Amino acid sequence: MEGRYRMETQRLSVYYGKHHGVRGVSLPVHDRKITALIGPSGCGKTTFLRALNRMHDLNPIVRVEGRVLLDGEDVYAPEVDPVVVRRRVGMVFQRPTPFPTMSIFENVVAGLRLVGVRDRKRLMEAAERALRMAALWDEVKDRLHQPAVGLSGGQQQRLSIARALAVEPEVLLMDEPTSALDPISTQAIEDLLATLKDEVTIVIVTHNMQQAARVSDYTAFFLDGELVEFDRTEKIFTNPKDPRTEAYITGRFG
Amino acid sequence: MNLRRRYLRDRVMQGLVYLGTLAVLLPLFFILYYVFVQGIGALDLAFFTRPPAPPGEGGGGMLPAIVGSLVVDLIALALAAVFGVAAGVLLAEYPDHPLNPFLHLVSDVMAGLPAILMGLVAFVLVVKPMGHFSGLSGAVALALIMVPIITRATEGVLKLIPWEITEAGLALGLPRWRVILSLVLPAARGGILTGLMLALARGAGEAAPLLFTAFGNPFLTLNPLEPMDTLPLKLYVYAISPYEDWHRQAWGAALLLAAAIMVANYLARRATRS
Repeated sequence: MEGRYRMETQRLSVYYGKHHGVRGVSLPVHDRKITALIGPSGCGKTTFLRALNRMHDLNPIVRVEGRVLLDGEDVYAPEVDPVVVRRRVGMVFQRPTPFPTMSIFENVVAGLRLVGVRDRKRLMEAAERALRMAALWDEVKDRLHQPAVGLSGGQQQRLSIARALAVEPEVLLMDEPTSALDPISTQAIEDLLATLKDEVTIVIVTHNMQQAARVSDYTAFFLDGELVEFDRTEKIFTNPKDPRTEAYITGRFG
Repeated sequence: MNLRRRYLRDRVMQGLVYLGTLAVLLPLFFILYYVFVQGIGALDLAFFTRPPAPPGEGGGGMLPAIVGSLVVDLIALALAAVFGVAAGVLLAEYPDHPLNPFLHLVSDVMAGLPAILMGLVAFVLVVKPMGHFSGLSGAVALALIMVPIITRATEGVLKLIPWEITEAGLALGLPRWRVILSLVLPAARGGILTGLMLALARGAGEAAPLLFTAFGNPFLTLNPLEPMDTLPLKLYVYAISPYEDWHRQAWGAALLLAAAIMVANYLARRATRS
């Protein structure tokens, strides 16, 4: 079974102190597909997502149990360096986070430059490639050296995506990437997801069920820290097996 | 309560606020005014370019003290910046580190200690082993005064930097130290710079901790391993002397010191804004 998927969790549990935030979730992440995690607020979907690239490591009260496999290898194994995991599994957050002291260009190549890539030509190529992938190149190509904080919210979020893509991750985790954006910026990012999945595996947490239905190939429904149902997206939205899934997607709670 | 009375009350309160502000600013203004009037006459070319003249002879200047102040204060600032910023980073970025309660305690106690005690510490740490007074020992004394100021300023401003920046850096696969060094500290540089300037202003005005460390030296020297003069030291020595001419120059030193610190503060503020 191992290695069949790009990523896979096995009986993954996350505890916040005594609170059992994620309860024994086993979930496959298919290679170069978009997997959406949906569920009401507090259902553990963000907590689950952050466990995939060890973002909980810095919080001493959080404990993670179970396994998270990346290409068949447990990212929580003692000999694995979390820095290497995060290099392969990138993340985009709810709110855009441009580095405030840096220009647009410096932001995009931050992940390369700060690990020692100095070659100007290579950085420029990486920046253009990442910005094109994030559908931002045409808007910023003439002002690459201006401060990134001067961009609009939607542009800043696409910049955050470009920055994550520049280090060429295998998997990109997105935590409600459009929840702070207006509808037009949201549309831009959703369009972008469809083109990105040719190159990178995406796991996206979303509050917005229509968004999950529009962009994803697979959908996982979380409730109270448990994975209620996982299936192909059209199956989840047209013919869910679990009555709780049906109740949620038809808007009866959450 | 009717509207008219509310307006009246607002006026009265505003008046009180202005009065309070004036009560604070007026003494400050008089101090600066008095120092300026008394000191401006002493600031001639010789003041900046000549070593002191023997007592009673007249003339002479403050060159060794001006140079000494620069050298001692900058060494002190460099030393204090390294330790102060490092401690601030530890306190703000690693809040669960086992050293932190101890570090907080030491920093608070140090901030409350009389400045002359820092001179004593530097005397034991540097002057005794070296066998003689030196600008370096003075710089160590001043650095001890500056460190807690810088530590607190750094800790405070780092805690204001959004945690999202750290997370975004980590998510790029950057190690923690690199995130702090290249993302968090630059974002906080304005506040840290202000802290450094405050510390410099505080240290540059101290005479007491230098009495038995930098000691003073009537001859110009750039070597911090020798005894050095500084403006506050000179100000103290000249002010308690019986010579009219030295009193005049003490006022000049006071004015120069006040002006230098105000300029440093202004520059720090301007740097912070940009």
